[in-house]
Amino acid sequence: MNYVAQRLLTFPLILLGVSVLVFVSIRLVPGDAITAMLGTEAGLLTPAQRAALAAYFGIDQPIWSQYLRWLSGLFQGDLGISSIYGRPVFSVILERFPLTLQLALMSMVIALGVGVPLGVFAATRNEKPSDLVVRILAMLGQSTPSFVIGVLIIYVLSVFFGVVPAMGTFTPLFVDPLASISQLIFPAITLGFAFAASVTRISRSAMLDVLSDDYIRTARSKGASQRSVVWRHALPNALIPVVTLSGVEFGYLLGGAVIVEQIFALPGLGRLVLDAITQRDYALVQGTVLFIAFNFLVVNLLVDLAYVALDPRIRIGGR
Amino acid sequence: MSKLFRAFLRHPSGRIGLAIISLYLLAAILGTLGLTPHNPLKLFAIDRLKPPSATYWFGTDLLGRDTFSRLMVGIKQSMIIAFSSVALATLFGTVIGLLAAWWGTLWDGILMRIMDVLLAFPAILLALLIIAIVGPGTSTSVAAIAVVYTPIFARVVRGPALSLKQRDFVDAARTFGSSQPYILSRHLLLNLVAPLAVQVTLALAWALLTEAGLSFLGLGTQPPTPSLGLMLAESKNLMTQAPWLMIFPALTIMLGILGFNLTGDALRDILDPRMERREA
Repeated sequence: MNYVAQRLLTFPLILLGVSVLVFVSIRLVPGDAITAMLGTEAGLLTPAQRAALAAYFGIDQPIWSQYLRWLSGLFQGDLGISSIYGRPVFSVILERFPLTLQLALMSMVIALGVGVPLGVFAATRNEKPSDLVVRILAMLGQSTPSFVIGVLIIYVLSVFFGVVPAMGTFTPLFVDPLASISQLIFPAITLGFAFAASVTRISRSAMLDVLSDDYIRTARSKGASQRSVVWRHALPNALIPVVTLSGVEFGYLLGGAVIVEQIFALPGLGRLVLDAITQRDYALVQGTVLFIAFNFLVVNLLVDLAYVALDPRIRIGGR
Repeated sequence: MSKLFRAFLRHPSGRIGLAIISLYLLAAILGTLGLTPHNPLKLFAIDRLKPPSATYWFGTDLLGRDTFSRLMVGIKQSMIIAFSSVALATLFGTVIGLLAAWWGTLWDGILMRIMDVLLAFPAILLALLIIAIVGPGTSTSVAAIAVVYTPIFARVVRGPALSLKQRDFVDAARTFGSSQPYILSRHLLLNLVAPLAVQVTLALAWALLTEAGLSFLGLGTQPPTPSLGLMLAESKNLMTQAPWLMIFPALTIMLGILGFNLTGDALRDILDPRMERREA
C-alpha cells in the first residue's frame, strides 16, 4: 500500500485508541469526581444533591455509555464541562492554547536560529578545535534537563541582575506583542536550550554526510565558492533530518511544557493538564489529553508528509 | 567482548562516559550501604544552611542535613529507578517487537498499532496519567518510565527482526527443525543485541532525566527519601542565600545524564559500522 495512504488510514484508528485509553485510564483514578471537586464540602451534600450533580456531569451512567456520549460529543466539538472551571472544556483549552503555541514557536525559533548555524559551522570545520568545542557544548546542552536550565536562569537573573522574570502573567500576542514576547523569552530559552543542542548535532552530522556526496564534488569542481557550496548546494539537503527532528519536537512542545510552565508559573496547557489530573477533573483531563495527542499526531503526520515531499525516494519505494 | 571493551576505551566519549557511570554506581553502592560522610536524614539544627566546608563538602540544607550525603542517596534512588524501568521496558518492548515481527500480518498490525497509541502521547503526559492513577512513589515512577519506553523498544526490535526473519539462516534453522523459541532467542535476539545496547544506554539517560523531572514536580520519589529532582526543587526558594543547594544537585543530574549519553554515543559509533565517527 502507498505509504501516504497507509498513514492517513491508520490516523483515525490511533486517535480512537488514544480516546479509549484516556477515557479508561482517568476512570481508574481512585476517588470520585464530586468529592475531588468540592473537597470537604462534599460531605455536606444530601444524597439527592450528589445524584443531581452526578447526573449533571453525566457520571451516573454506565462507563460504555459515558464513553459513547463523550465520543459523539467530540464530533460536535463538545468535550464536556470542566468541573474546576464550570465551563465547557473546549473553551478552557482554547484559552490556554495561545500561550503554549507561542512558547513552542519561540523555542523553535531559538533552537533553529542557534542550532543550524552552529551545526553547519562545526561541519565545515570537521575535527578542528572549533568543531570539538561545538560538539562538547552540544553534548552538554543535550544532557541538561529543562528544569535545571530554568532554575539556573532564575538564579542568574535574580543574583546578578536583581530582576525576577515575569511570572504568572501572560499578555496575548495581539494585545501587546512586545510585552507578550518578553514575558515568554526566558521560558522559551529554557525550552529551546536542549532543543538547540539536538538541532546542532543533527545538522552537523547531516551536513557532513551531504558534503561528502558526489554532487558537492561536482559543484566544487565547477568552481563554486565554499560559501555557495555550503549554503546553496548542501544546506537544503542537510535540512531534511532537521525538519523531521523539529517537527517531532514541535509536536511535543504543543503538548505544553509541564515542568517549565510550572517553574515560571505560566498558565499554559501543561499546567492545565497537571491541575486537571491532581484535581480529578475527568472531562478536563480527557479533553486536554486528547487535544494534545491530536496535535501531536497531526504534527507528526505533517512531518512525515513533508519528508515524503522532500525526499522522493520514500514516495516511490515505500517504507 | 574484550575486543568491544577495548574499542570502547579507545573512544574518547566512551572513556569519559564509562568513568562517570562508574563513579555514580560507586556513589549509589556506598549510599545503599550507608557509607555516607554524614547521616543523610538526620537533622543538625545548629548546622543549618552551612556553606561548603571541610566538614560538609557540599554544605547543608535548611534542616542541617548534609548535601553530599543526600546526593549519594539521591543518586542511588535515581539509579534504581532508571535501571529497573529501562530493564522492564527492554523486556516488554523486545518481546512485543519480536512477536510482532515473527507472527506478522494481523498480530503485527494489532501489536504495533497499540504501540502507536502509546507513542501518540507526549512522554511526560503519559507518565503523569499513570501517576494520577496509581499515586506518586518509587514504583510508580518505575512503571511510568517503563510504559513510556516500551513502545520505543518494540519499534527498535521489530524493524531489524523483520529483515532477519527473511534471512537464509533463519530458513535453514527452520528446516533443521529448530523450535520457534530457539530461533527467536538464538537467531533473532542475539543479532539484535547491538541496536538494543545503544537504545538501552540512551534510555537510561532519558530515565534519569524523567525521574529527576517527576520528583522536581513532587510526583516522583516522596520525602524524606532524598532525590535529586526534589533537592533541586527545594533549593528554589533559598537560591540567593544558599546557592550550593541548587548548584550541586543541578550538576549531579547533568553529569549523570551526560555519562549515559556519552556512553550511548560511543556504543553507537562502535557497534554501527555504517555510522562514522561523526557525532560528538
